[in-house]
Amino acid sequence: MSDPTTRPGVGKPRTGDTPTDQPAEGPAADGQPGQPGENPTGQPGDSPAQRRERSIGRLGDRKRARLDELARATADPGGVSLYRDALRRLRRNPVAIVGAVIVGLFVLVAIFAPLIAPHDPVQRFDELTRDLTVDSIPGATAGHPFGSDPLGRDFFSRMIHGSRQTLFVGVLATLIGLTLGVLLGAVAGAFGGWVDVVLMRLTDVMLALPSLLLAITLVAMASRSSQWTVIFAVAIVSVPIFARLLRGSMLAQRESDHVLAARALGVKERNIVLRHMLPNSLTAVIVQATLTFAVAILDAAALSFLGLGDPDINRAEWGLMLGVDGQRYFEVRPELAYYPALAIIVVALGFTLLGEAMREAIDPKNRR
Amino acid sequence: MSLLDVRDLSVVFQRRGERPFAAVDQVSFTVEPGQTVGLVGESGCGKSVTSLAIMGLLPKRGNRVTGEVLFEGTDLLKLRPDDLRDRRGRDIGMIFQDPLSSLNPVIPIGVQVAEVLERHRGMDRRKALREARELLDAVGIPDPDRRLTEFPHQISGGMRQRALIAIALACKPRLLIADEPTTALDVTIQAQILTLLKQLVDETGTALIMITHDLGVVAGLCDTVNVLYGGRVVERAARHELFARPRHPYTHGLLSSVPRLDSPRGERLHAIRGSVADNIPWVEGCAFAPRCDNVVDACLDGPPPLEPTATGGDLRCNNPVSEEVAVP
Repeated sequence: MSDPTTRPGVGKPRTGDTPTDQPAEGPAADGQPGQPGENPTGQPGDSPAQRRERSIGRLGDRKRARLDELARATADPGGVSLYRDALRRLRRNPVAIVGAVIVGLFVLVAIFAPLIAPHDPVQRFDELTRDLTVDSIPGATAGHPFGSDPLGRDFFSRMIHGSRQTLFVGVLATLIGLTLGVLLGAVAGAFGGWVDVVLMRLTDVMLALPSLLLAITLVAMASRSSQWTVIFAVAIVSVPIFARLLRGSMLAQRESDHVLAARALGVKERNIVLRHMLPNSLTAVIVQATLTFAVAILDAAALSFLGLGDPDINRAEWGLMLGVDGQRYFEVRPELAYYPALAIIVVALGFTLLGEAMREAIDPKNRR
Repeated sequence: MSLLDVRDLSVVFQRRGERPFAAVDQVSFTVEPGQTVGLVGESGCGKSVTSLAIMGLLPKRGNRVTGEVLFEGTDLLKLRPDDLRDRRGRDIGMIFQDPLSSLNPVIPIGVQVAEVLERHRGMDRRKALREARELLDAVGIPDPDRRLTEFPHQISGGMRQRALIAIALACKPRLLIADEPTTALDVTIQAQILTLLKQLVDETGTALIMITHDLGVVAGLCDTVNVLYGGRVVERAARHELFARPRHPYTHGLLSSVPRLDSPRGERLHAIRGSVADNIPWVEGCAFAPRCDNVVDACLDGPPPLEPTATGGDLRCNNPVSEEVAVP
C-alpha cells in the first residue's frame, strides 16, 4: 500500500480486521454518501469519507482505542437536563452572580450566626445603659460597633441573629405558599371545568386585595399572635400567585404535542398530569418561589414593624428592630434604623436579582 | 375482516354562533393487516383530523364525530374512554409530525420509551429500560445506552423521530398511524426515516396509515392511496394505478405539479389554480369545481358520488381525466 495516509501517526501495519467500528455520530452515518463504485483500488479521487474509513481500518488497536477515547471526550456528557442547562447559563450571568453572592452570604450568616456574632443577642450590657438619660441611647463603642439597644443588648449581634429569623420566616412562608399554590393550581389545571372556575374565582378575590392588607387582616384575625401567624399570613398571600401561574402553564401543557402523544400511547390521565404536565409546568413556579421569598421577607418585616409580629421581645428580628429601636431613636441615632432597613433591602434585592436571572435562564426561548 | 374499517366517518366542528364546519365528511376506507395505506391531500383537507378521530384524540368539546371506526370489528367510537386508552399505544401506535415537541422535554428518552412498556406490557422499570435499549437499537439509534439517559433536545431531529418510532412500535401494535412523519425533517433524514419505516413495517407485519402531502412518500411506501379533498375522499386507487393513470383532476394536478428533473430548463412549474379558500361546500357541488380544469355543468348540481372504477378503485368525479392522458 503506497497510499499516503492523511492521518499523522498511522505507522502501524494494518491489522486484518474488516469491520470498522467508527464512532458514528448521529443518523447521518447510516446513509452512506457516495457509492463505493468506480475506484475500488482506493486511489486518490474517492470521497474523504471513504479515505477516512480506510485509514481507520488500517489503524492499530492502540491507535483505534485512542480514537474512540477522543470521540468520547469530545461528545457531550449524556443527560444534561433542563435544569443543568439553565444552571450553566445562570453562571454566565453577572446579575445572577451578584444575586447568588448576596443570597449565599445571607444564608451563611444565618446558619453560622452564633459563631459570627460577638455577643449573645439577649445578653444585657448594663454598663452601656447605666448613665443614660431618657431618649438617649449608647452609640458605637469598642466591642459594640453598632452600639446597643435601650436594654443594653449588642445591636450588631442582634442584627446577625436577625438573619436567622428572616431566613426562617422566608423559607417557611415560601414553602407553605408554594405547596398550597401548586396544589390548587395543579387541581385547577388538571381538572378544568367548574373546578377550575371555582378555584380561579377564589384566587381572583385574594388577588384583588393588596397583599400586605390581606396579610395584616389575617394576622389580626388570629387570637394570639406568634411568629407562626406571621408565617401563615405571608404564605397565604402568595398562594394565589403560585396557583395562577401553575394553572396557566398546566393549561398550555394540556394542549401541547407531547401530551397529545402521551395520550396516543394510552398513558393514564393521572400519569399524564403527574409525569407530563406537572414537571413541565414547574419551572415558572420555581422561579416565582425565589421572587416570592423576597416579598415574604418584606411582608414579614412590615408586619413586625407594625407590631403585628412575634410578641417575644427577646427574639432579634429586623422588622421589629426597625420599628421599635430605629423609629424611637431616629432623631438621636438614625443608624439604628439604617442597619436593619439596609439588611432587609439588600437581602430582598439579592433574592429578586437571583429570581429574575433564573427566570431568564430557564426560559425555553433562551435554550440552545 | 379488515384490520381497520372506517365507515362514513364525519367530524363536524361546531362553535357557538358559527356555521358548523365538516373537517371530515363521510370518509370511508379500509386497511388490511400488514397493508400500507396512504391518506393524501393538501393542508386542511382533513387528513390529521381523520387520524385523531380514529384514535379518539379530538378534544371532547366543540366537535361531533359520527360514523364507525371498526378496528378488528370493534367500533372504537363507541368504546368507553378507559377501554380505548388501553388500546391506544398497544393495538394502534401513532407517530406525529414534529418529533421535538412530541417528546416530553424533561424526561430522558429511555424513560419515555419505557413508559409505554410499563403501561401496556406491565414491565417494571428495569426490564422496560432494557427493552427500550433494544428498541432504540432496532430503529438504528447509535450508542443506545447513552441515548437512554439523554434528553430530547440533546439528540438530532432524525434520532428524535427514530425514538418516536421506537415508542410507537414498542408494544408491537397491529396498526401504526404516521401523521406526516417526515415533514419536520430535512430531505436526507426524510429518506432514512422512510426506509426505516418501510423496513419495520415489513419486519413486524404492522399495517400503516401514512398521512402525507408528499407524493414522493406515497410512491415509495403505500399499497393503496386515498386522495382527500375538502374532507372527502375524491379518489382511491392502488399506488401504481394512481401514479400511472390519475383519474381525478385534483390527483392529476398534484402529480403534474411535481417538479421533474427532465423538464426543459426555464419551463414554469405546473400549479393547481387557486387555493383551498376557493372551495365550495360539498352540498352545493364538487368542492374542487372552482379550481378544476375539467369542470362541467353537472359539477355544480350537487356532490358527485364516489363510484367504483374499472381498475378496482373509487372515483368522485363527473368528468375525470381520460385514461389516455398520462402525466406528462
